[in-house]
Amino acid sequence: MAQRMSRRSGSPWKGCGIVFAKEFSDHLRSPRMLVLEWLILLTGIGAVFISIQGLRTTTAQDPFLFLRLFTDARESMPSFLAVLGFLIPLMAIGLGFDSINGEFNRRTMSRVLAQPIYRDALLLGKFAGGLATLAVGLVTLWLLIIGLGLLRLGVPPSGEEVARGFVFLCVAVAYGGVWLSVAMLCSVVCRSPATAALSALGAWLLLSLLWPLMARFLAEIIYPPTDVAILLGIQSPQQIGLQQMLARLSPSTLFGEAVIGMLQPATRTFGVVFSSQVQGAVAGAPLSFGQSLLLVWPQFTGLIAGAIILFAVSYMAFQRKEVRA
Amino acid sequence: MSEVLIEARGLKKRYGATRAVDGIDLTVHRGEIFGLLGPNGAGKTTAILMLLGLTEADEGRISVCGADPMHDPITVKERVAYLPDMVGFYDNLDARANLRYTGRLAGIAARELDGRIDSALSRVRLDSVADHKVGTYSRGMRQRLGLAEILMKGAQAAILDEPTNGLDPQSTFELLDMIRALRDDGMAILLSSHILDRVQAICDRVALFSRGRIAIEGSVRELAAQVLGGGYTLQVDTDPKSGDPQNGALAALLGAVEGVSSVQAEEPGRFRVLALRDVRDAVARAMIESGAPILRLASVEPSLDEIYRRYFEKINGTAHVTA
Repeated sequence: MAQRMSRRSGSPWKGCGIVFAKEFSDHLRSPRMLVLEWLILLTGIGAVFISIQGLRTTTAQDPFLFLRLFTDARESMPSFLAVLGFLIPLMAIGLGFDSINGEFNRRTMSRVLAQPIYRDALLLGKFAGGLATLAVGLVTLWLLIIGLGLLRLGVPPSGEEVARGFVFLCVAVAYGGVWLSVAMLCSVVCRSPATAALSALGAWLLLSLLWPLMARFLAEIIYPPTDVAILLGIQSPQQIGLQQMLARLSPSTLFGEAVIGMLQPATRTFGVVFSSQVQGAVAGAPLSFGQSLLLVWPQFTGLIAGAIILFAVSYMAFQRKEVRA
Repeated sequence: MSEVLIEARGLKKRYGATRAVDGIDLTVHRGEIFGLLGPNGAGKTTAILMLLGLTEADEGRISVCGADPMHDPITVKERVAYLPDMVGFYDNLDARANLRYTGRLAGIAARELDGRIDSALSRVRLDSVADHKVGTYSRGMRQRLGLAEILMKGAQAAILDEPTNGLDPQSTFELLDMIRALRDDGMAILLSSHILDRVQAICDRVALFSRGRIAIEGSVRELAAQVLGGGYTLQVDTDPKSGDPQNGALAALLGAVEGVSSVQAEEPGRFRVLALRDVRDAVARAMIESGAPILRLASVEPSLDEIYRRYFEKINGTAHVTA
């Protein structure tokens, strides 16, 4: 096998750009994409609009007024971030759940693979096409919100706010990439698109809603609370550490932490703050952009690593797949 | 014989415990249609996928257009076109866009591509509906679009898996005609089918596939000689009333003609003569000499269906005896 691999000729990238272009244009023209875009647009703009209403009446003295557009939650409306954290996976799964099995079901797979390209190019082109679609949607939304903020707040964002907003955008795309990988993995493994969509949505619900609770229970089981801790009503440091580590296995947690760290400049650490960490710190003072970036860097790279690992798994599964339908 | 474009020796592939392909040898030359015939599940598609390098063979040696699909699938796929069983297209795109996609994947230069697509579409007579979405196409039109893809690719060899599957007689006829035209252009064509009688008309050589092996191989005539005991079948009609008692004598007379291997009386006045070569002339002379009127003397194409049935009757018959 290894010998055969080393002997294969031609570039694995050949055809990748063509697949990418086709997928990208298919996605942009598909009715499915239209529905997803409108869903995100309406909920996103709704959330931002309500937060603007609040900002106009209450906060006047905030150096990062613009960023609060994204993070403020008012009354019954969740913050824009919460909406995105929920909708990006939905959109990514919507774009990827039938990418591979759909080709099998349309009986186009063998025809495409009979062209002089490697399977690598097909899978990578499809992933890149989906990610680009996702990125286009998010950039549009981002620009719309900044425009809306400019119009309604009447204050231009500072350079730092734009930079923080840009990092937020990148994190959002990476987060979308993770779920796109999950959806593509499901589409390689499951023959039926419906099964693939259900499995991907199941994984999303598990990781986003149930996993944080499970992380807490697991941590409690592994490090049972001591008598002192129960008396004081607090958790032991080991338990918190483990809980946080487990929770970070979920991309939703990573996304939430990275985005909060970026958009709320006063964030110094995630989870419990120890007294040693706030020694000498001015309460409520913002971190510089570089420091915030350092803070969220592990989360950001974690998301990218997750997307790459999942893609690699679907790559292996796809290589082993028999072509015959 | 002309250049060999597709060659396989000792090809084997197993899925778990089942031997899908169990040691087959085949050769296809330039300008020849080679038919891989056999029932569903006999291993035809697996053999085809191995020739294309879409499935790895467990054992055996393959050379397709001078390249080995196991080590160099890209070169093979550049030179060979493939029409899969029940070919599918992107229904939301028109015919041109579908071909453009695979054409670009096949590495055809952009400035050449549109011209090639247009001429391919007009050769399969789809130019009038080239801008319609493929979702509106009938099964026959899809198969023709599949042929257009082969034409566009300008391949040296084409592998067609069940090209007439699910087509009505008219579409089948048209499609087979187009396939014949591809052969006349000098392409080597390997096609598989389980519908024997329609396909035999265009195949220069056939191989009967059974349980992962090639049972018999050759031109239809050769197979008829091998299995039925005569490559030529004549149908001889005489007037049944001209002398009922004579008919037995006539059968004996025909049987005595040199080259005839057997004579069967099908109904009063009608004989079926199996012969090793074309004996029409000798049969006619014998009949005239005997004074029996010749109402009809026709050479009948040996039917592949019959060959197939008889072959497997023989095989199963002997299997019973040994069991």
